[in-house]
Amino acid sequence: MSTRLFGEPVRRREDSRLLTGRGRYLDDLGAGALAAAFVRSPHAHARVRDIDVSAALDVDGLVAVYTWEDLPERVARPLPLLIPHPALTHGRTAHPLARDVVRHVGEPVVMVVAADRYLAEDACALIEVDYEVLKPVAGLEEAAHGAHLVHDDVPGNVGAHLVQEVPSASGAGAREAVAAAPHRLAFRLDIERSASMPLEGRGVYARWDGTDLRVYSSTQTSTSVRMAVAAALGLPLPHVEVIAPDVGGGFGVKIVHPWPEEILVPWAAMLLGREVKWTEDRREHFVSSAHERGQVQHVEVGFDDEGRVLGLDVTILHDHGAYTPYGIIVPIITSTQLLGPYRIGAYRVEFSSIYTNTVQVTPYRGAGRPQGVFCMERTMDKIARHLGRDRTEVRRVNLIEPHEFPYDQGMTFQDGRPLIYDSGDYPEMLRMVKELIGWDDFERRPGRGIGIACYVEGTGVGPYEGGHVMVTSDGRVHVSTGLTSQGQGHETVFAQVAATELGVPIDRVSVVTGDTRRFGYAVGTFASRAAVMSGNAIALACRKVRAKALRIAADALEADPADLEIVDGLVRVAGTPSAGIPLSTVAVLANPLRYAFDDEAVKATQFAGAASPDRPPVAEGDEPGLEGRDYYSPIRSTFAAGMHAAIVETDPLTAEVRIVRYVVVHDCGRLINPMIVEGQIHGGVAQGVGGALYERMVYDGHGQLVNASFMDFLMPYATEIPMVETAHLETPSPLNPLGIKGAGEAGVIPVSAVVASAVEDAEGIPIDRMPISPSELFELRNRHPAR
Amino acid sequence: MEHEITLVVNGVARRARVPARRLLSDCLRHDLGLTGTHVGCEHGVCGCCTVLLDGEPVRSCLTFAVTVDGREITTVEGLAGPDGMSPVQRAFAECHALQCGFCTPGFLCTVTALLRENPAPTDREVLEGISGNLCRCTGYQNIARAVHRAAELLAEEGR
Repeated sequence: MSTRLFGEPVRRREDSRLLTGRGRYLDDLGAGALAAAFVRSPHAHARVRDIDVSAALDVDGLVAVYTWEDLPERVARPLPLLIPHPALTHGRTAHPLARDVVRHVGEPVVMVVAADRYLAEDACALIEVDYEVLKPVAGLEEAAHGAHLVHDDVPGNVGAHLVQEVPSASGAGAREAVAAAPHRLAFRLDIERSASMPLEGRGVYARWDGTDLRVYSSTQTSTSVRMAVAAALGLPLPHVEVIAPDVGGGFGVKIVHPWPEEILVPWAAMLLGREVKWTEDRREHFVSSAHERGQVQHVEVGFDDEGRVLGLDVTILHDHGAYTPYGIIVPIITSTQLLGPYRIGAYRVEFSSIYTNTVQVTPYRGAGRPQGVFCMERTMDKIARHLGRDRTEVRRVNLIEPHEFPYDQGMTFQDGRPLIYDSGDYPEMLRMVKELIGWDDFERRPGRGIGIACYVEGTGVGPYEGGHVMVTSDGRVHVSTGLTSQGQGHETVFAQVAATELGVPIDRVSVVTGDTRRFGYAVGTFASRAAVMSGNAIALACRKVRAKALRIAADALEADPADLEIVDGLVRVAGTPSAGIPLSTVAVLANPLRYAFDDEAVKATQFAGAASPDRPPVAEGDEPGLEGRDYYSPIRSTFAAGMHAAIVETDPLTAEVRIVRYVVVHDCGRLINPMIVEGQIHGGVAQGVGGALYERMVYDGHGQLVNASFMDFLMPYATEIPMVETAHLETPSPLNPLGIKGAGEAGVIPVSAVVASAVEDAEGIPIDRMPISPSELFELRNRHPAR
Repeated sequence: MEHEITLVVNGVARRARVPARRLLSDCLRHDLGLTGTHVGCEHGVCGCCTVLLDGEPVRSCLTFAVTVDGREITTVEGLAGPDGMSPVQRAFAECHALQCGFCTPGFLCTVTALLRENPAPTDREVLEGISGNLCRCTGYQNIARAVHRAAELLAEEGR
């Protein structure tokens, strides 16, 4: 088998397990564990006056009932605020179980542990919580008025307020630039809530043996869950291990941690001395996990006769729900990534992050970018319409040119570092997407429109990831990295990286992710960072292993290491296939032995004559074994980019929108596995289509989520998703050894903007609010009769 | 009160003692240890829990185990033959029709039944055939491709 695997559409190594029912997801583990279930608040805002558990005590199989008052001090504390920021002046997080006040429907109030889930839910149903119902704060703008408060001590419901301003080259502020511009527009945009909605919900399973705690969690960050659990339970870190088993999708919601259940389930397992498991059900996922997207944006833009943006002034109201465990990452990303591939004259962005009595808001695939891209791309379309110019021409005059990289946008990005684009070729990308969709030849007619949207995605944020690579004496290569997998095919792509770097067949390589027993230092899987971060860290670790292998083999072959190569797992003198030794033998020689545990091991024993008696068996500065560990820590993010275009048809009677064609041009630097990248794009676009046409979280005035089921939250089926046509441009990142960017979130980012652009084109009606349902489009038609 | 039932699962008679309210999905997963069948919504919409009941796809989360006493059930664990993965399973691997894999067992059961009924479905029939199963990862494009590929493989192998 060829070892040039980087860049090849290698079939996934995960699949045989997942296709035959041998995947191990959270709820597949822990047969016989006790089951936890939760009593959750039915009110959006209420004071807990009393909890009466007496009726539940008769349930056969009940093991324990816990309320906030039962929790020890460390466990009872508010959950951590994961990403503090100076502008987040009023950050608030929930207690693991409600203390006094509940602030959204679904907030956990009581934990029940019983012999099985049926019995635990029976007990939950018998627990009576006496609530004093308080005035709910529902609706983003109502919340911003501050008449009623989500948290008594947060005036105006404002958790954070941040202004970033980048003046023009001549030093003018954005407002000044808008006022002085030859053309000006002002408008408002709205985006509603959706959610990650992985098909596997969250879940936690814990076992305690009296000394060591093992926790399995359906998480996007096992290392950080481990630190959080150790801190909350007061355990020494070496006595806690956390494992992310097969995870049935994440899309952002599982990067949040520790969830209440991630603390409470291990705590109960320790207290009871029994294994305890909690598996989230779908209703719980809707009302107690996290949502995203909801924003109101006010835009003022000034531009010249060609459509060049001279000044852009954006004010954002961001709905962050009842708590802010993930800080203000989402609105920071919206306000910075809004700039897209464009050179904007002067820019001012201001956001207020507002509390409401709804489920907390944390990143969902795209993480604020879809809203920012919607804002900028609607702006571009409006400029074009105002000037009577082609929408792609207006974009073209604003694009950053290839010679301008690295391009500094003058802002601070979500990693606290400058927003400097590393590489790209946006004009070529625009040319490609126009050609792919047939932009210039498109035949417009009523009910048929074409749309486009462009984006830049900061990917591969730090601080770091690591990789460990070990070659064992059977010639197998064991790779581990700390970040987690939720379907991205990491076992395959990291094996491709390792096999390519080491020169071994891929079937000798195995990859473990998200298991703190194998790798303890990591950040997690989010922000399209896994391939960039762990891919590079594994490559660097492989290079260490390779150098050591060549050094040991050179000794054995009496050759110069510089003359050696590794091909198909054989270390040999370049061009002389006969003179070589297998990597397995190198691994044996790398570990000087006293005891021969098998025939191969004999070669490394003390009387085998391999080692010089004049030197210590393990040289100073060296280590036994053929293994290596390295880390990749980037100076700043890489910047992937893409442009999407679509053709839609709208039904003249029903106002139904049908996407006829959908094309994607995508640049994520060098591709490790094009098949997997395409799959990521397809899935992202599908989620984008859901967010553009179908999905929303519908809260009523009482703060009740009225569509909290798959019956009413319209996740698209195969019949709703278009075929996606893709083309790739590869501008390698200069920031990392492999030249890769990231691809995980890309597909979803511009879809609402593309669909709005196309529907607007088809209907001749401004589309300023997403998602758009047939009934909304129907209403819009009635309000714009003379279109 | 518990009921003694016998389910013929993947060709093997399996006994279980279950309360009347035990869902078939829970019985398969937790009583019989066949965790390949997944539960995504417990209200019959997502299709993750689809199994074949006497050859027909059903939602095991909407079925009480006691109501299928004595019946034949095929789960994802029973799709592969003695020679390895079934054509449907192989087609899914070949076409990259799965990512996280959580919805996959339901799709595999659905598609196995679909192609038994209609060995050469049109594009439209494929989309309709899989339109009772949700997937959050793939965007369905490669799943649809895998259904066509599975049909080819089945035809080639004369099954």
